[in-house]
Amino acid sequence: MKELVRAKEPFLFQTRLHLTELTGLHASTLRELLALIKKVPGSCIYHHTHRFLQQHQFLSPEPPNDFAYWVTEALGEDELGEKLASIDTIKFLTIHDLRAEIINVIEKHLENNRLAKLKFSRKGEEFHFVKSASFILSTNYLAYDLKEFSDILGRVTIDSIYFHIFEARLRLERQTNDFSNWIETSIGDKKLADSITCLDPYTRTLDDLRKTLITMIQKAIQK
Amino acid sequence: MIKLQDYSPIVGQDVIDDLRLLAGKLKGRVIQNINSTSVGGGVAEILNRLVPLLQELGVDARWDVIKGGEQFFEVTKKFHNNLHGLSEEINEHDFDIFTEVSNQNIEEMNIYGDIVFIHDPQPIALIKRKKDNKWIWRCHIDVSNPNKRVWKFIRDFIVKYDAAVFSSPNFSQKLPIRQFLISPSIDPLSDKNRELPESVIAGVLKKHGIADDKPIITQISRFDRLKDPLGVIAAYQQVKKYNDCQLVLAGGGAKDDPEGIKVFEEAKEKAKEDKDIHILLLAQNDIEINALQRASAVIVQKSLKEGFGLTVTEALWKAKPVVASSVGGIPLQIKHKYSGLLCHSTDGAAFAIKQLLNSPDYAKKLGENGREHVKNNFLLTRHLKEYILLFLSLYYKDDVVYL
Repeated sequence: MKELVRAKEPFLFQTRLHLTELTGLHASTLRELLALIKKVPGSCIYHHTHRFLQQHQFLSPEPPNDFAYWVTEALGEDELGEKLASIDTIKFLTIHDLRAEIINVIEKHLENNRLAKLKFSRKGEEFHFVKSASFILSTNYLAYDLKEFSDILGRVTIDSIYFHIFEARLRLERQTNDFSNWIETSIGDKKLADSITCLDPYTRTLDDLRKTLITMIQKAIQK
Repeated sequence: MIKLQDYSPIVGQDVIDDLRLLAGKLKGRVIQNINSTSVGGGVAEILNRLVPLLQELGVDARWDVIKGGEQFFEVTKKFHNNLHGLSEEINEHDFDIFTEVSNQNIEEMNIYGDIVFIHDPQPIALIKRKKDNKWIWRCHIDVSNPNKRVWKFIRDFIVKYDAAVFSSPNFSQKLPIRQFLISPSIDPLSDKNRELPESVIAGVLKKHGIADDKPIITQISRFDRLKDPLGVIAAYQQVKKYNDCQLVLAGGGAKDDPEGIKVFEEAKEKAKEDKDIHILLLAQNDIEINALQRASAVIVQKSLKEGFGLTVTEALWKAKPVVASSVGGIPLQIKHKYSGLLCHSTDGAAFAIKQLLNSPDYAKKLGENGREHVKNNFLLTRHLKEYILLFLSLYYKDDVVYL
C-alpha cells in the first residue's frame, strides 16, 4: 500500500436537503407541456429530471424523469417517453442546455407525429410543474486523505453524496462533481478523479453509487 | 416516551444527525401550531408526534386548539365536504356561524408564535391577527376540484398567509403566495404501527368475534361518506360469491365530525345479517387498529376523495397488499401493480381484491414494495425534516439557500 497523500485543504462534506415548491402550473396536452417547459424556472426542469434519484433510491420502477413518465402513462406516447427517458443527462453541463434538449426532443416528435397533438390526459392526471428549493449545509465531516474520505463516504447521508455528485455539477454549474475535483486538485490522483467523472450516476441507485465510489477509492489506496 | 434516537435503527443514524444539524438553524424562533381538535383525525395524530420531536430537537414548537362547538363543526364539516368537491347545501347562515365563532377565537386566542402554523380551514380566519410574524396555512384536504363558493370564501383568507402547504401536486391552485408540497407521514414506533406479538393480534380478533381461519378484507377509516363504506360492502359482496372471506370496517370518530354516527348506521343497515361483516366503532384504540391491519389478507381504501390517505401508508408499512382508489394522495403512495392496486369503481375494487386473494405471491411482492416506498418517503423523520425546511424557507427567497 502506498503512503497516503495528505491534502492541505480538507474536503468538507456538505449536504443538500430539499423542499418541493408547487407552481400551480399544469399541462393536459403535449403542446401545453412544451410551452410550459420553455417558460418555467430552471429549478422546475431540475426537479422533474432529478426527483426520481432521491425519491426512488431503491430499485426504481419509473423512468428517470417525470416528463418521460407522464407522456408514456398519461398520453400513451411510448416512443416519446423512451426518447425523453434516454436523454443523456450527464452530457449536459447546465440546466439551460438540458432544457434545450428536452424541448428539441418534444418538438421533433410533434413534427413527425400529428396525432400526438390531439391527445390529452384524463382529469386528475395532468402534469403539475413543481420545483426544488435546495438548502445546503455543512456537515461535521472533514477528510484530509483518501482513507478518511472513503470512511466518511460510508457514513454520510445519501443526500450528501447526491449534493456533491449531481447538484454541484449541474445545478451549481461547477462542470464536474466535487469528489473528482478535490481528488485531482488536492490529492493529485488524476486517474482516480477521471474514473469517478466517467461514472454515469444516473443509471444507479444512490446506495449503489455510494458502494461503487468506496470500492474505487479503496482500490486506489491499495495500489 | 419515544425519543428521536429510537428511530435510528429504522431510518439510519445519518438521517437523525441531519435533523439535529438542521434544527439548530431554527434556534430562537417559536412555532405555534393551531388546529381544531387535540384528538381524532389525522391532523391531531401527526401533531401529537411531531411537536414533542421538534421540542426534543431544541425547536420551540407549541400547539393550541381553537374553540368550536357542535354548530361550528357541522358547518366546517360542510366546508370540508364542499372543498372535497361534494355539493352539500350551504347557506348564508352557515357562513355567519363560521364567522361568529371565528371572531370569538380571533379575540380570545393567544397568538405568540414567530411562525404561526394553521392546520385546515377551521382556524383559517385567525390570519386576521397577522402582524410582522410569519403565517403558514396547511391544507390536509383534497382541493383539486372544490366547490367554488366555499373555495372563494376561504381563498380570501389564504392569500393573506405567507405560504400554503398541500399534500399532492393536484391540490395546488393558482395563488399569489408560495405553495409547498409536503406529504404527511406515519410514525413507525406508534401503537398504530409498531410490531405486535401474534398473541395480541389473536386477542383482538377474538374480542370482536372475527374468525382467524378465513381471509380478512379490511378498511380502516372514519365513518364518512367520502370513505365510501357502502361501496366497500358492495365490493366485498361481489368477492364473497367466489371467495369465502370476511370484511372488517373499523374506525373511530373525530370530535369535529358530527356526521360519523349516521354513516355508521347506514353501513350496519347495508351489512344486514351477514355474520362475516364486522362493523366496529373503535374509539381511539390504536393497538386494535394495528392488530386488525396486521391480521388482514387485503386492505382496502375505497375513498371517493382523500386528502392523503394515511391508512394506506399504515397498511403499506405493514407490507400488506392494498386495493385503493386512485384519488388524492393515494397515487403518490401506490404505483399500480408495483406497490398495490389502484381502482376507480366498485367493480374494479372487487376484481382487484379477488386477484390478491387468489395470487398470494403477487400480493406479498406488492406489499414488500409498498413497505420500501413508505420507508423512503413517508415516515415521520422525513416529515420532520420538511417542516423544519418549510419554517426556514420563510426567511429566504432563492431556490438555492446556503444555511
